[in-house]
Order: sequence, then structure tokens, then C-alpha cells
Amino acid sequence: MRREIHESFVRRNGHDVHGEELTPFSQRPAAHRPEKEFPLERVLADDGSADLARSHLPQERLLPLYRLMVLNRALDERMIQLQRQGRIGFYIGSIGEEATVLGAAEGMAPQDWIFPCYREHGAAILRGLPLAKFLCDLLGNAGDLMEGHQMPCHEAFRPGRFASISSPIATQIPQAVGAGWAARIKKDDMVPLVYFGEGATSANDFHTGLNFAGVRKVPVVFVCRNNGWAISVPRERQTAAVTFAEKALAYGMKGERVDGNDLLAVYEATRLARARAAAGEGPTLIECVTYRMEGHSTSDDPRVYRPAELVDPWRKKDPILRLKGHLVWRGLLSESEDAAIRDAVAAEIQAALREAEALPSKPPLESLFDGVYAQPLWQQREQLEELRSAVAADPRVARLRGEG
Amino acid sequence: MPIVSYREALNQAMREEMARDERVFLLGEEVGQYNGAYKVSQGLLKEFGPWRVVDTPIAELGFCGLGVGAAMGGLRPIVEVMTWNFALLAYDQIVNNAAKLRSMSGGQLHCPVVFRGPQGAAHQLASQHSQVFESTYAFVPGLKVCVPATPRDAKGLLKTAIRDEDPVVFMESEVLYGTKGEVEDGELLIPFGQAEVARDGGDVTIVAWQKMRFVALKAAELLEREGVQACVIDPRTLRPFDLEAVLASVARTHRCVVVEEGWPWMGSGAQIADSIQRHGFDDLDAPILRVTGRDVPMPYAKPLEHEVLPTPERVVEACRRVLYRSP
Ligand SMILES: Cc1ncc(C[n+]2csc(CCOP(=O)(O)OP(=O)(O)O)c2C)c(N)n1
Repeated sequence: MRREIHESFVRRNGHDVHGEELTPFSQRPAAHRPEKEFPLERVLADDGSADLARSHLPQERLLPLYRLMVLNRALDERMIQLQRQGRIGFYIGSIGEEATVLGAAEGMAPQDWIFPCYREHGAAILRGLPLAKFLCDLLGNAGDLMEGHQMPCHEAFRPGRFASISSPIATQIPQAVGAGWAARIKKDDMVPLVYFGEGATSANDFHTGLNFAGVRKVPVVFVCRNNGWAISVPRERQTAAVTFAEKALAYGMKGERVDGNDLLAVYEATRLARARAAAGEGPTLIECVTYRMEGHSTSDDPRVYRPAELVDPWRKKDPILRLKGHLVWRGLLSESEDAAIRDAVAAEIQAALREAEALPSKPPLESLFDGVYAQPLWQQREQLEELRSAVAADPRVARLRGEG
Repeated sequence: MPIVSYREALNQAMREEMARDERVFLLGEEVGQYNGAYKVSQGLLKEFGPWRVVDTPIAELGFCGLGVGAAMGGLRPIVEVMTWNFALLAYDQIVNNAAKLRSMSGGQLHCPVVFRGPQGAAHQLASQHSQVFESTYAFVPGLKVCVPATPRDAKGLLKTAIRDEDPVVFMESEVLYGTKGEVEDGELLIPFGQAEVARDGGDVTIVAWQKMRFVALKAAELLEREGVQACVIDPRTLRPFDLEAVLASVARTHRCVVVEEGWPWMGSGAQIADSIQRHGFDDLDAPILRVTGRDVPMPYAKPLEHEVLPTPERVVEACRRVLYRSP
């Protein structure tokens, strides 16, 4: 009914109340063609070749990044084992998503803050988080940077400008925009990078963060790791939009859709987005199309909702194999060198694990009250005193309460 | 001393702090062009420009999150919420993020941000516009909660809040914005966790804050006519809380009534009563009584609304009961 009224209005007037030329609804073309407007950008071809004119990743960074990807993968596999052995409580990794994680982090400048989701341990390591320190967080032991306060895989690493990981989905998105706003006020050359899964695009933080960033042209790079799944929910149940990149249009910002298993493409898109942001041209939403090859976390068994046939095609698109093919194509890596890298990485993880496990297994009980406030209130002081006198009165208390 | 409204006092606090420290900035709905929904940010846009007085889209969760991120990024944001009723949408950013950041990161990161705006009943605005949320925030370790009643406290506490290293939830009151009182020009810092004796007396202690301070003072006047001297203590901040001041008064009066505008069950008054009996049991000659808002969503109709809110008469009645006096 409304449409008929509108169309007769258009027939009579030929324009709408704003004076714009109108086409009757029935003759309007589809607004846009996302697949055409947001084609999947790739740099690496399946055979490992690449149009090097389109890649600005310095050649000397290729092998270190490859090594980091291999390390990231081996770390995830080893930690999943440790969790099964009961040595750590929980693990969440990035198997299959390494190119997205590392390519985006590499595309930023060292002074840029990273606002992670929870699969970006590779980016923390790239920013200098020592492997043994990362393991201390998983163990929650005396060497844990988070003092045993935060759950595994929720590392913060200030020296590497790697912000605290926040469990509630998408909360880091407006925070990154706030950090970008801060940089603009302070006139710092700092562009935050924020990672989130495609599931997070349904959350209201995504909308409010991108909306504000678009309206105010805040310098920030939004990286959506579209890994196809939010636990058991496939991406089709998350949005009816054809792509995630097209959401950028509605926020008045640039959208990009890249092959998230192509390190060079992710790097390129991020580098350019950072340059635009730093030049005052506003934020970019980059959708990295990748795949979560394993369960959501160690608490999840994907076999109950995801047939293996869905995963198999992605094994051939493994981002590590893709980059390896490219390195071989460029003559930068041989099979024996690759084997040496893998051995070295396994040894590095083993050594870090030994280093971490050699530390006292528990953080000091008293650190419980650290960091609630800059200075404890009487509530914390009173409880600390209570704890101290209980321990002093009966040493068994210390054991019962976890010390000794 | 200059006489200033509660609204102007808050405005002075923000203006002075923004002039003193370039890292301080204000963001929220309508804070710029419109000078704030309650005109608290009057003139700030003009003085400090659109970078530091930021009108945001309607998105409490988003702009409170922005404040958290900007604080992590080295600024000192003041986030204005139009009212705390709507800030429920931002509860996640305040409770799950701001409050925990320092502890969660093992002290690597922190979040010096002030979330401020009015709470409580105004006049006939019904259930979604009349709520008191101080207890829900004071419940959370990591947050500090201010509940100023007077213009002087509004200014002095807000300046302290802006300089604090921890996230602060700053509760104002719509009906107090226009009230006036003496406020020092320039520097005025009121430390957190320091109660004020609003009226001294030796017969009964009344603990009350924000609007309820005035209800308690009125009750004290009525009691005086009966020959009862009430001591009215305003804690001014609920976290940290000046328990010592309350205990010192109870040690003299041996009787205590706690008044709060919000709902009774699990309210701040329950916690205060618990702390008094735990630390001052031997001083008490009567059970502690509470006068609170009624346990219902706030109604619109005037007589019903009046029935929900604590009145001086209800406070007088409670005081008589702890004094074992009949009217
Ligand atoms: C606000 C909130 N709701 C629910 C959850 C539980 N949860 C944890 S991970 C997850 C799926 C997230 O999927 P996505 O954003 O696509 O990221 P991915 O895990 O695929 O990387 C959910 C629902 C949560 N952490 N926070």
C-alpha cells in the first residue's frame, strides 16, 4: 500500500520531497552487488606465485613471519595437548587463521596499540611477548604478567602495546576507537588495530564503535576475522549480508575484503588502511576471509555441529602452506630449511615450557588484592589482614588456601 | 564565599580540570552544542573546542567504551550519561572492563575515567526515568562511587574524581542541579571516603546521602521540636565509605537509622547496617532501622510516587522507634 502511494506520488511529481529524481520502487535496481564491489583481494596465487608489484612486504620480513606462523601453529597444537593432559585449564588458538593475525599486526607501526580479540597470541609474540611469559599466563604461576588474575589466553602486554583481552564479545571495538580518539587529541601518530570475529559484528559494540569512528573519521583499523564460525553458529546465521566488508558502506568508511589465508594480501590491506587513517582519511573495515580449522576452544567439540567435509577444502588453503609455496617459488626456502625451522620452533616451545614450569607454581596469595584499585580501600586491607592472621595462626591454612 | 548552583559547581569542576590538564575531555550525548541535557557542560564547547567536548551518537555502550579506550590511551575522559537509567546499556563497559582492567592486566593497564550523570526520581517521570543505581555500582570492586548532595561536594568530589587513578561512577541528581550553596572559587578537592557531619546531635545517628541528606535534615528539624537531637552523617562517597565517622557517631548516640532513596532489598543501607553491627555491636541500644524507597518500579501518579519515596515523616517515625518513643 505504502509503495503504491509512493509510486503514484512519483508518477505525479517525478521527484521526492527532497527534490531528488525518483525511480519507482518496482524499477529500482538492487542497491549494490557486494560480490562485485567487495571482491576477495588476493596477492598469493594457488601455485605460490605472486604479482610482486602488488606486494610491499619487505622481502627480509618473509622468513621471520613464516617462522612466526609456524611457531603460532605449533604453539596452538602443543597447548591443546597440554590442556588435554590437564596441565593448563583452557586454551583458545588460531589454527588456520595465522595469516590474518600476523599479516594485520605486521601491517601496523610499532607504536600502534593492538586491541585483540582472543586468538591473536601470534600478534603478541610479534610485539615481543616472550614465549615463556605467555606460558606463565596459561599456567597462572608466579611468572604470570597478569598475576594469576586473568583466565588463560587473555594476555595483556604493555611493552608491546597489546591491550588487555576482554571476554565479552566486541567490547574492544569501541575501546579501540577511544584510543584512536585519544591519539588524535594528543596528536600522536598512533592508529589502533582492533581484531574481532565475524560473530562480533552482530554485537552492539560493533555498531556503535564503527558508527562513531565513521562519523568522526577516527584513525583506527578494524580487522574482522571471518573464520566462518562463532562457536557453532555459521556465518550465514550471523548476518544476511553477502559480505562483512559491505557493512563499511553504511558507516561511511572504506571496506575491504581480502583472502585471510594470504599473508601478503592481509598485510597489504592493513598497511594501506593504516596509511589512510594516519593521513586523516578515516577508518577502514577489513574483512579477512579465513576458516577456523579446529574447535572454538578446548571446551568445544566441533564434530557435533560441523561435518568434516566442510573443513577439508580449507586444508588445501592452509595459510602456512600458501606462504611456504610462495617462499619456495621465490627461492627463499627449501624443504630441508623448512624442516629445520619446524625443529627449531618445537625446541623453542619446549625450552619456554621448561622455563615457565620451573617457576613457582602459584602466585603469592597476597597478590590477590593487587590492582583492584591504585591504592587498596579498607575493604581490601581488612581482608588482607584477615588472610595474614589466618595464615599466621595456622600454617595449614596456607596450604588449604593454595600456598606451600 | 560565592553562592553557586550544583549545576554550576559541576561545570566549574570540569572547566577548571580541563584548563589544568589537557588530557581531560568530555564526551556524551548533547554535551557540546546543546550544553548538556541538564546544561552542566554550559560553555565548554566554546571554550575547549570540538576535540575535547565531543557530541556522540546515541550509544551508551559505545561512548562509555570509547571512554575506557581513551583512558587506556592516556587521556582522562569524563563521560556524561544523560541519566544513569540509560547507562544500563553501558554496564558491560563499566563493570566488565573499566572496573577490572588494572587487576586483569596485572597492573599493566589502568583506566582513569569518570562516568557521570544524574540518577534518582525527579518529578513524575515513572519507572524508567527514576531509578537509583548507586548500590549496583558500589557493589563492584574496582569502581569508586560518589553521591554528592551539595554544590560544594559536587565540585570538590568531581575534581577529585577527574584526578583519581581509578574509574569513578559519579552520581548526580536532577532535582539538585538547581539548588544553591557556598562553593569556594578555584581549587577545591574533597577526598573520597570522608563523610561530612551535616548536623550534629547526640541522640540518634541518621546516615543519608544525596537527596536523602535533605530529607534527613528536615526530619532532624522535626525531631528537634520533640527534644531529640539527631546527628546527620553524609558519607558523600559510597565506595570508599567512611565507616569510622558513622561508628564514632553511633558510639555517642547508640542508635542509627539509614536512609536511602533506592530499593530496600540488597541496597547500600543493608551493607551499612551490617558493617555497623559488626564493628559497633556493643554500642547499639536498638536495632538499626532503614528507611528506603518502596520495593516497586516507580509509578507515575503523583500521590503514588510520593508514597514510594522516603519522607521526613517516615524518617522521624524510624528515629522514634529506635529511641523507643511514642509520638
Ligand atoms: C557478550 C558475549 N556473549 C557471548 C559470549 C560467549 N562467546 C564466546 S566466543 C563466542 C563466539 C564468538 O564468535 P566470533 O566473534 O565469530 O569469533 P571467533 O571465536 O570465531 O574468533 C561466544 C558467543 C561472550 N564471550 N560474550
